[in-house]
Amino acid sequence: MSDKKNNNPIAFVATSVIPESPPPAREAGVYKWVRENLFSNIPNSILTLVAIAVVYNVLSNTLPWILNGIWTTSSLTECREVLQGKTGACFSVLAERWAQLLYGFKYPEEEYWRPNLALILLFFALAPVLFFDLPRKLLGFTVIYPFLAFWLIWGGSILVPIVALLGFAVAAVVFQKLGKGSFAASFFGAIVAALVVWKVGGMLIPDNASETAMLAAVPSRDLGGFMLNMMLGVTCVSLSVPLGIALALGRQSSMPLIKWICVVFIEFVRGVPLITLLFVASVMLSYFFPPDATVDLFLRVVIMITLFSAAYIAEVIRGGLAALPKGQYEAADSLGLDYPQAMRLIILPQALKISIPGIVNVAVGLFKDTTLVSVISMFDLVGMIRGPVLASTEWNGVYWELLGFAAALFFVVCYGISQYSQWLERRLATGHR
Amino acid sequence: MKNTVILGALTIAGLSAGAAAAGTLDDVKARGKLNCGVTTGLVGFAAPNASGEWEGFDVAVCRAVAAAVLGDATAVEFVPTTGKTRFTALASGEIDVLARNTTWTFSRDVDLKFEFTGVNYYDGQGFMVPKELGVSSAKELDGATVCIQTGTTTELNLADFFRSNNISYEPVPIETNAEAQQQYLAGACDVYTTDASGLAATRATFEAPDEHALLPEIISKEPLGPLVRHGDHEWGDVVRWTLNALISAEELGVTSANLAEMAAGTNNPEINRLLGTEGNLGEMLGLSADWGKNAIAAGGNYGEVFANNIGEATPIGLARGLNAQWTKGGLLYSPPFR
Repeated sequence: MSDKKNNNPIAFVATSVIPESPPPAREAGVYKWVRENLFSNIPNSILTLVAIAVVYNVLSNTLPWILNGIWTTSSLTECREVLQGKTGACFSVLAERWAQLLYGFKYPEEEYWRPNLALILLFFALAPVLFFDLPRKLLGFTVIYPFLAFWLIWGGSILVPIVALLGFAVAAVVFQKLGKGSFAASFFGAIVAALVVWKVGGMLIPDNASETAMLAAVPSRDLGGFMLNMMLGVTCVSLSVPLGIALALGRQSSMPLIKWICVVFIEFVRGVPLITLLFVASVMLSYFFPPDATVDLFLRVVIMITLFSAAYIAEVIRGGLAALPKGQYEAADSLGLDYPQAMRLIILPQALKISIPGIVNVAVGLFKDTTLVSVISMFDLVGMIRGPVLASTEWNGVYWELLGFAAALFFVVCYGISQYSQWLERRLATGHR
Repeated sequence: MKNTVILGALTIAGLSAGAAAAGTLDDVKARGKLNCGVTTGLVGFAAPNASGEWEGFDVAVCRAVAAAVLGDATAVEFVPTTGKTRFTALASGEIDVLARNTTWTFSRDVDLKFEFTGVNYYDGQGFMVPKELGVSSAKELDGATVCIQTGTTTELNLADFFRSNNISYEPVPIETNAEAQQQYLAGACDVYTTDASGLAATRATFEAPDEHALLPEIISKEPLGPLVRHGDHEWGDVVRWTLNALISAEELGVTSANLAEMAAGTNNPEINRLLGTEGNLGEMLGLSADWGKNAIAAGGNYGEVFANNIGEATPIGLARGLNAQWTKGGLLYSPPFR
């Protein structure tokens, strides 16, 4: 071997592969990442240093405050005695009042499992709606869920939600039966059928049914805390999407009456602040009803918030409808589809897909707007903080801890919604670009 | 229940007049509960505690009225109202009485058609300053920055006071008491001005209350009291005389401790009339004979209610001041029970 090598006229021949050596230190690992991403040039380096200084400042102030937090005292004064002038949060208020912040101060303590169960079931009910890969049969539970949740949270006679469900079921059957004729006939027929069932059913329910019920009745006035925000948010979003679709289609309708009703409604509601509508709901409406027969305040607020967000969603969906090429409408017509079919099969699936980011935007905004009900003296999360908790002699003066807690709860929900919508957009991206 | 929940929105129930006409007393008795409007939360005056029970100085008025009318101090439905919703709640009949530290003014009494049934707390606008400022009188505040809640009568009072004393100030407008607290502590203003009871309550929450002083000047009159709808005088009388019963009880030395003993009969005819062992005052009001006794049993006499909720032993630590009995240099003066 060595002989051959010596005979070779070429001075040097490598006979084996040079072993792989690690890349130069400045081209690898953390160093490279830092150099390329943080200090690639002078302005970048300056920005990095500034950012580090800001982050350090924020953390050095908040971390001791959080880590030194006191969880076990029974008043702010005691917190201060324990801390002896050091920085530190007084989280004891959360430890003592967490139940009030989540459920309001009047919801009976031994019944907390009911809203908890309703919340867990909510995820099962929403799953088939949000993730359409799941078997369609699960939608059956989604249909039952609103009545079940109503019964769980408000309690009282189980006959009430059953009669309500029955009314909708009868309406659906009537709609199917008459559906062969004109749309209007079946639509109004269904409404009349539901009303008849509710009226008859209402008369059949004995007056003292709620007193002997399995679940003790809880009046709306006793609902509060984050539970109230969740209830308002979920109810209003789920009601306002279909209403918004109807309004958007109505606004494009060729029938002048329907078109103008929708236009006037949308423009009026969009031109009025939500807080005025809430005042109307809480204050003005009570002038129109006799003192003992008022419509439940919760229901009034739900109606107002739903109408408000429906107008916004209608405009979002109108944007989606307008974005569709005219050819889609003409294609639907040329296939011989009638209006409901064309909308259901061709137009809306595409328009709604385009509208998803906008609808989610409205939903997130609406969920946060539910805190406005605190100004009409409903004790939602913010109302609880501003009213009862801060007005107690023990906790007056605790702000950051309470409002930070509220912000954290809202962030979790809103971030969840926006992550879902991004997933949905990716899932529905069937390639238009 | 069933109709309001299911069909509520669809059934436009008889649009009869919203405001209940005369007969609130009968309504309350028939309902078995008093609907009492309170604030959504004010330290010492009304707030639910950790177990959800309302307590406070204004709440005590509600409880006393409920005890006088229904014999049960817990038969109260507390309706929380904000500064914006309180008057409509009362006018529309949603509540029977409003006990929400509301100032008795001419326009509220006359123009808004309410009837103030007395004064349970004499308040007034005061000033709070840090002690290091070295100020001992509001007249030394020339050129000071003042934290002031916008849109309130305190704003107008402040302007009047500084103008009449010919000194200048710079207002720092703020929205809520909580915001004011933070701004004042952060040094955004030298002085914080609002009702004296509010200042005391705010100061009590500071980390170092001793470093702040309340100045002696009180620059406005803020008589706070319960109010009812105009025109229902029977009901107004019930609320007025329940409050007077609490005040008289203190004057006459009737406390929750010696109530049972006194109710057995005393040598003082006025105590006997108040507690219903003599005369027929209860009958004249349309109540039971022991209405006064029940009202006092609910939370003690006026002095006890004051001491338990906002008095010097509590963190709020308000002195009686103007709210002492007339015999002790205060303004509390109940007409005789005769």
